[in-house]
Formats: sequence, C-alpha cells, structure tokens
Amino acid sequence: MIGDAFGYLLDGAHWSGSDGMLVELGQQLLLTFTALLLAAVVALPAALVLGHLGRGGFLAINVSNVGRAIPTFAVLILLSVGPLGTAVLGPFGRAGLATLVALTLFALPPLITNSYVGMTEVDRDTVEAAKGMGMTGSQLFFSVELPLATPLILTGLRLALVQVWATATIAALVAGPGLGNVITAGFYRSDYGKGLAGAIVVAAVAIVLEVTAALSERYADPLVRVQRRQRAMVAVA
Amino acid sequence: MTLPALESTSSCYSLYVNHWFCTSYLRDYQDQLVSATKQHAEITVISVLVGLVVALPLAVVARRLPRLETTILGASTIVYTIPSLALFPLLVPFTGISEKTVIIGLALYSLTILVRNTLAGLRGVPDDVRESAVGMGYAPTRMLFTVEIPLALPVIMAGLRVATVSTVALTTIGSIVSYGGLGNLLAQGVQESFKAQIFAASVLCVLLAFVLDLVILLAQRVLTPWTWKARTR
Repeated sequence: MIGDAFGYLLDGAHWSGSDGMLVELGQQLLLTFTALLLAAVVALPAALVLGHLGRGGFLAINVSNVGRAIPTFAVLILLSVGPLGTAVLGPFGRAGLATLVALTLFALPPLITNSYVGMTEVDRDTVEAAKGMGMTGSQLFFSVELPLATPLILTGLRLALVQVWATATIAALVAGPGLGNVITAGFYRSDYGKGLAGAIVVAAVAIVLEVTAALSERYADPLVRVQRRQRAMVAVA
Repeated sequence: MTLPALESTSSCYSLYVNHWFCTSYLRDYQDQLVSATKQHAEITVISVLVGLVVALPLAVVARRLPRLETTILGASTIVYTIPSLALFPLLVPFTGISEKTVIIGLALYSLTILVRNTLAGLRGVPDDVRESAVGMGYAPTRMLFTVEIPLALPVIMAGLRVATVSTVALTTIGSIVSYGGLGNLLAQGVQESFKAQIFAASVLCVLLAFVLDLVILLAQRVLTPWTWKARTR
C-alpha cells in the first residue's frame, strides 16, 4: 500500500491537469489563507480592544471551549446542505461559500482567546508605569500593550492556521474543494494507494505550514527583534 | 383509514418533506442512533484512556530528563499538526480498516494535550513542598505518587477535559474508515441530503461532549475535594 502511494505521487499525470493535485493544493491554500485573513480582520480588533479594556473575559475564554466541542464535519455539512448550498464560488470551487464560512468560524476561537489573554497578561506594573509617564489610552495600546502581547497573538494565528488547514481538508467529505478529495476518492473506491498519497501531501503541507509559522513567529516578535539589533550593535562595536 | 405506505411517505423525514427536526425520525431510527452514539462514546473513551496511560509516564520522564523534554514535546506537536482526515489514512497501512486505526489516531491527539498539561501540573508543584518531602525521607517514586501527582491533578484533569471534548468532535472523521460513530450517520446523511439525520447526529455529538465533560468535572470534585472546598469557603 505504501509502494502504491509513492507510485501515485511520482506519476506527474496525477499532479497536472484541471483536476490534478496541484490545482487542489492551490485551491486549499487559497481557502486557508482567505479564511485566516477574514477571521483575523473580524476577531483581532475586537479581542484586542476588549483585552485593553479588560472586559468580556468570560466570552473570550469560553469561545474556545465551545469551539472545541462542535465538530467541524457537522458544521460543514449543516452549512452546505442548509442555507449556503454547494454552488461553485469562483476560484474557491464547489461548496466554496459554505467551506469559507466554516473555516472562518473555526479560525475565530484561537485568535480571540490568544489575543485577549495576550493583552490582559501584560505585566500590570509596566502598564502602571506607562500611565504614570502620562501615556494616553491609545499610546498605551499601540506602544506598550500591543508589542508585549505580540507573541501570544502570533501563537493564536499559528494555531488558527493549523486548525483551518485541517478543516479545509475535511471539506472534501461534504464534496467541497481541496486535497481532501484525493483522500476521500481513494478511500471510497478502495484505491488505498491514492488515499494514502493524498494523506501524505496533506500532512507534509501541514508540517511545512506549522514550521514556517513557528519560525516567522520568532522573527516577528518585537522583543526578539530588539535583542537581535542590540546584539548586532555590540558585534559592530 | 390510512394506508401504512402512504403514512410512511408523508412523514417529516421523507425525501419530499425533509425537515431538519423530525420526531418520527428519532422514533423510527432510534436503534441506529443509539448504536452510533454507543460506538462514538466507546471510541472516544478508549482513545482518551490510551492517551492518558501513555502520556503520564512520558510527562514524568520529560520532567526528570530535560533533554528528552524537547524531543517529546516536538514530536507530539508535529503529530497534532497533521489533520485528522490525513492521520487516519496514514495509519491504515499498519492497522487496516478497523476501529484500531481511529483509536490510535485519536489517542495520539489526546496524548499531545495530556503530556503538556501533566508536565505543567508537575512543574506547578512548589519546590518547598518537594524539599519537605525529601527531608521527610520520601523516595522519588513515593514522592511522585503521594505528593507530586495529587498536587498536579487539577491541571491534569483540566487537560483531560480538553482532550475528551476535542476527541468527541474528531471521532466523526473516523467515518473515512467507517468507524466514526455519529460521523457515519453524518457521512451517510450528506450523501442522501437526509436533513433529520444530519441534525440529530450533530446535536447528539455536542451533547455527548457536554455529558463526558460533566462526568470528568464531577470525578475531579471527588478526587480533589480541596480545590473546590477552598473556593466555596
């Protein structure tokens, strides 16, 4: 079975063409990043402002607990059989709208919880000191709390990315787009080599996304950047 | 007098009516719903228990040997990154199309959560307490079972709740190898646009997560009475 899978992967014909794996891969990546962007635009401003004000903590924490209990599979089905349908949505493919909405919904909990916690966990003494220096609310928000909360916000983005990629794979179980189709087509027709090949590609891309996100997380953390600049200055001196 | 055939076609779950909520569906398909829920609960509980049995020693080893900690946490994070729809097929060459495939896959996911929480719980044991135990002549094993694990229990139980609730949701994906409990009903429902079945299976899934979460919460109250007595006082 493993031999069949690698045979399938090495055959160029399975990658090219309008229903090849490259098209499915492109579609799934497009869906993943669009949903992540939509969720970030919706969740980050609200969660960050709530964290700054210290309000709505109960909601921000519990949205993750509720999100975990709801099966992504069920939501994808309820949306596509229900109001949103399985019509093709431009580059997003079949059941594009239902898939996009489900992916965005499941990206929200890690983003909301992590950004909220990131803002409220900022050291209280630091906040008091900033206030004592006469900083206004928005100065405090943009130049003290936001930089200090960045590591947790980025962790939230990474968790959401992994979650969205996994959910986008499941979209194939409800006739949606993406690489999951290779897996379901293989398994439903007892062509296990093909199913396994799809699974290998999905898992490999997931690990690449996770590792890339973890590396850029370290690079984008403002505190790490400052330390790196200081070290460079010491080296020059 | 109504003909039985006519009566059955005009029920609220027939293809022409196809309501989301339909009590006659719940009555007529009761056996199917009960057996799917049973399979779902069984897969979830076994998976989480297997995950727990493996996670506890791993966390203790990681705590004692910091060099292994990075490896254990790194490996479990990589597994957690792999989507469930890909992880089950990846296990099939080794386990075949069986319940084992789903259970091992789900156990691997809960393992990640449980190792992290157990490790955090063990780290949370105050150094003073550990030193007192050593001073009283506790051997490492006795200290682990009578001091460290009991004090880490609230954090371990919190991890158990997270692992159980997410495993209930992930079990549905087991339908790719035909062992998905309520997920099998969801997969069949989407093929046939069977709304009553989709809705009932979704609701039962969320209910099951809620019930299992409550069971663990109650067990936690029994096992660690000090954590909630302190709060009510």
